[in-house]
Amino acid sequence: MSAAVDLVGYDEAVRRYDPVIGIEVHVELGTRTKMFCAAEVEFGGEPNTQTTPVSLGLPGALPVVNGKAVESAIKIGLALNCQIAESCRFARKNYFYPDVPKNFQTSQYDEPIAFDGYLDVELDDGEIFRVEIERAHMEEDAGKNTHVGGSGGRIHGAAYSLVDYNRAGIPLVEIVTRPIEGAGARAPEVARAYVRALRDIFRALDVSEARMERGNVRADVNLSLRATPDAPLGTRTETKNVNSFRSVERAVRYEVSRQAAVLDGAGTVIQETRHWHEDTGITTSGRVKSDAEDYRYFPEPDLVPVAPSRAWVEEIRASLPEMPADRRRRLQGEWGYADAEMRDVVNAGAVEIIEATVAAGSSAAGARKWWMGELARKAKTDELELADLPVTPEQIAQLQGLVDSGRINDKLARQALEGVLAGEGDPEQVVVARGLEVVSDDGPLLEAIDAALVAQPDLVEKIKGGNMGPVGAIIGAVMKATRGQADAGRVRELVMERLG
Amino acid sequence: MSTISRDEVARVAALARIDLAPDEVDRLAGELDVIVDAIAQVSEVATPDVPATSHPLPLTNVYRDDVPAEPLPVADVMAGAPASEDGRFLVPQILGEE
Amino acid sequence: MTHDLTRLSAAEMAARLTAGEITSVELTQAHLDRIAAVEADVHAFLHVNGEEALATAADVDARRAAGEDLHPLAGVPIAIKDVVVTKGMPTTAGSKILEGWVPPYDATLVEKIRAAGMPILGKTNMDEFAMGSSTEHSAYGVTRNPWDLGRIPGGSGGGSAAAVAAFEAPLAVGTDTGGSIRQPGAVTGTVGVKPTYGGISRYGLIAMASSLDQAGPVTRTVLDSALLHELMGGHDPRDSTSIDEDVPPVVDAARQGAAGDLAGVRIGVVTELSGEGYQPGVSARFEESLDVLRGLGAEIVEVSCPHFEYALGAYYLIMPSEASSNLAKFDGMRFGLRVEPEEGPVTAERVMSATRGAGFGDEVKRRVILGTYALSAGYYDAYYGSAQKVRTLIQRDFDAAFEKVDVLVSPTAPTTAFELGSKLDDPLAMYLNDVATIPANLAGVPGLSVPNGVSDDGLPVGFQILAPAKQDHRMYRVGAALENALETTWGGPILAKAPELEEKR
Repeated sequence: MSAAVDLVGYDEAVRRYDPVIGIEVHVELGTRTKMFCAAEVEFGGEPNTQTTPVSLGLPGALPVVNGKAVESAIKIGLALNCQIAESCRFARKNYFYPDVPKNFQTSQYDEPIAFDGYLDVELDDGEIFRVEIERAHMEEDAGKNTHVGGSGGRIHGAAYSLVDYNRAGIPLVEIVTRPIEGAGARAPEVARAYVRALRDIFRALDVSEARMERGNVRADVNLSLRATPDAPLGTRTETKNVNSFRSVERAVRYEVSRQAAVLDGAGTVIQETRHWHEDTGITTSGRVKSDAEDYRYFPEPDLVPVAPSRAWVEEIRASLPEMPADRRRRLQGEWGYADAEMRDVVNAGAVEIIEATVAAGSSAAGARKWWMGELARKAKTDELELADLPVTPEQIAQLQGLVDSGRINDKLARQALEGVLAGEGDPEQVVVARGLEVVSDDGPLLEAIDAALVAQPDLVEKIKGGNMGPVGAIIGAVMKATRGQADAGRVRELVMERLG
Repeated sequence: MSTISRDEVARVAALARIDLAPDEVDRLAGELDVIVDAIAQVSEVATPDVPATSHPLPLTNVYRDDVPAEPLPVADVMAGAPASEDGRFLVPQILGEE
Repeated sequence: MTHDLTRLSAAEMAARLTAGEITSVELTQAHLDRIAAVEADVHAFLHVNGEEALATAADVDARRAAGEDLHPLAGVPIAIKDVVVTKGMPTTAGSKILEGWVPPYDATLVEKIRAAGMPILGKTNMDEFAMGSSTEHSAYGVTRNPWDLGRIPGGSGGGSAAAVAAFEAPLAVGTDTGGSIRQPGAVTGTVGVKPTYGGISRYGLIAMASSLDQAGPVTRTVLDSALLHELMGGHDPRDSTSIDEDVPPVVDAARQGAAGDLAGVRIGVVTELSGEGYQPGVSARFEESLDVLRGLGAEIVEVSCPHFEYALGAYYLIMPSEASSNLAKFDGMRFGLRVEPEEGPVTAERVMSATRGAGFGDEVKRRVILGTYALSAGYYDAYYGSAQKVRTLIQRDFDAAFEKVDVLVSPTAPTTAFELGSKLDDPLAMYLNDVATIPANLAGVPGLSVPNGVSDDGLPVGFQILAPAKQDHRMYRVGAALENALETTWGGPILAKAPELEEKR
């Protein structure tokens, strides 16, 4: 591990250096079985219960390609505007590591299934930034090491490790960008927006659950600095396994500051693997292995070439769902949201749920008001995703319907929502059970108004004298007396009538 | 083509994760040198216009349906392990992260 | 009586079992007795599976008695090369690194053998990980040639060939990556067949070189090989390189060949597989066999395969390269031997190196290091890449040759069995033994070795027949015709010429 370094402030660093990033994203496909054998893939199984002789790398076992994984890889390639190979092969990447059962990873090397694509990424201010995709290829995941003994579960100083091969052989697609140039100071933001856009695409394609927190999507971030945009590329570092959108952004920022400091000190950036530390927000140097680069790739002799017919590729292309960016543009138009409103909705991950709410009959404005307001706060407090709150889009649509029809007002609606969240039933049922309906009968209102007027004769005097200020106080008293169930507009009308 | 030195044998043995005694390194350096000389003649006819063949028969597109099969019973999985703990393979400490 | 039973061919055993003249228990016990009597000298087996074999035999006898419809080979015992995984039965591939390992699953071909009701007599000795031509590279001692106990039984499948030659088993399974079925067949006077690549599933064969390995039958007659080939062959969805077609009509072809008419069959003699380096007795028997075939009506022509001279070089690049990767899994982490370094820290990396240093024998180390070197950065194009191109050229040679002829022939091995220990210090000389068998593996075409006499030294010689891919039946026809004609001349099978082994009780 390297000692703490002095950093150059980010703004200062990007004023003097031009950052170039490159991102490798691994996504675990959501197939039922592994890449090369029929072991079932399930999150959270007991250790070593999801293995076959193939995924354990037992002597004599042979791989057979999961056709569904090939289809998923082609979908990803097409969604990223890639060419799909007429014929491509798997290769063996040879390296010894205890979580790699065969001591080689079956991957694609010089013949990826998809190549030469791009993705247009929308930044926070709505600017579109094009990221060029070099390739997307298929490979298999490794098992999982748990380090026992030593300090704090870290690999160094561990007395021994325990290996679970359930994850070994899960299909992965690795997507590699070309060097991303021209982002300047926005490089960290571009990196985050790109990984996020990929995540959205994986979900839209239904090729992966794409849950960052489970490691379904993992990013390696390359960064180098150069003096000016027309200078040749500088030496890069690769920061491994950055597993949240925010961390992707932070890791790039950190490396910009760190590398700038190294270059300012007339040092040279070492080409190396670095580890991201979520807790401290820094990267540290990985161990440089002398043979790490000599993977002795050669074509996997146990597998035959993958040669997807053009007919199959076109069939898959025709079946692709609308891409998230197109869909967002379409929905924004349909819903009439302002750019900033739509961005907030997207950033909150509320597009699907608002769409469902609108589909259930709510107005778009109403749906946004609930999901981005009351419910967003609730989700944040409870540390839940919106979708995990105990309320459905249909219930929100019903709630908004009750407001629109005037049966309840906003304040009552919030109480009704409380009831729904507390498990008291649909909004309709809560309103009835809690007696929340707006009092629209003038009789009880007039009673309450009269009582308020009698209670505060001084205010009545002021109003009669032409000072309308205290009207609000009278209305407030009426609302309080009716436990909020009165229609405030109607109360005002009645007060004015009473006072002539 | 190249001759295989003692150092080269040592480098490759490390890459292949095989501990060799010093006398083994010496012997292998001599033997591999002879063998490599004998087989290097392949490059005489391996001209750029000749395509490579990796599979004896030209098969393509062999796929499996995405249907789960019975996994190996954990007891069978662990039966051959040199060491294990809690249903996992126990391996010596691993230095350096990938 | 038991002594006589072991001398029958598998087809004859099957016929007597079907006719109810003998039981599988009797037959299996006869072989177990023979194993007990000669193993001290021959050492063909690494594991004898007597109890289970007899249980299988008893079960088959019971099912037969109950009138069940059984496979034609049901009840005929078999031996299996130790490179094939067998559930519940130790499998070592002749290596110390797998000592005591019991696989949790069966190879596909073993499933078929079990399903057919064939008692498995045991696992046969071999060169470690099938690397060798003499079975001297086994970690568990050499196997001796039943013709001369001072000589090698060939390799890597010396155990399977010796078991069959010594009447310890009527049938055995072998694997052939560069000749490991055919060359032992030649030097022990037995029949060995390497089918077309992909003809028999590789699932469950401990891989040496994936693009070259092929399992096949080891027997005393061509018909027996055909029967076993037919049983083990066919498509296996667990092997991506398995041919998705029916097994060629090998049994019919063997029967047709035995009828003796080869009129209209064109046989090509490969120019490059003769002459210098071939023992005079081997060449003489070869020429005589050509005369016999001519006499049966075949047309004999000479065919040149100019790139065969590069086959050995290409083979010794491709095979070790693939082997270096296939053998990486033997690292002491998940199964098999684990050795800790004698000094210094006990890390995973150091334990792997210590385990592989102690667990692999000399020949395995030699090939793994050679293969690692050939694939290593900077050498790939010159070595592995070039070798793959030579493979193309050899395939083209075969294609051109099979335009002109139906089968190609050559001596199977350049010499008869050499003396134990005589080539151990000269790996290159050992490798040259495979010069005639390797081209078939590189091209994926099938090859068969049938005994065609004894050389001047009184040791058996083999005749190799090669056919185009998926045309395995052609070589069975020619092989059976030659076998039948020669046996008529000799007045019996070639093994009748072998000295009797002393039976020890």
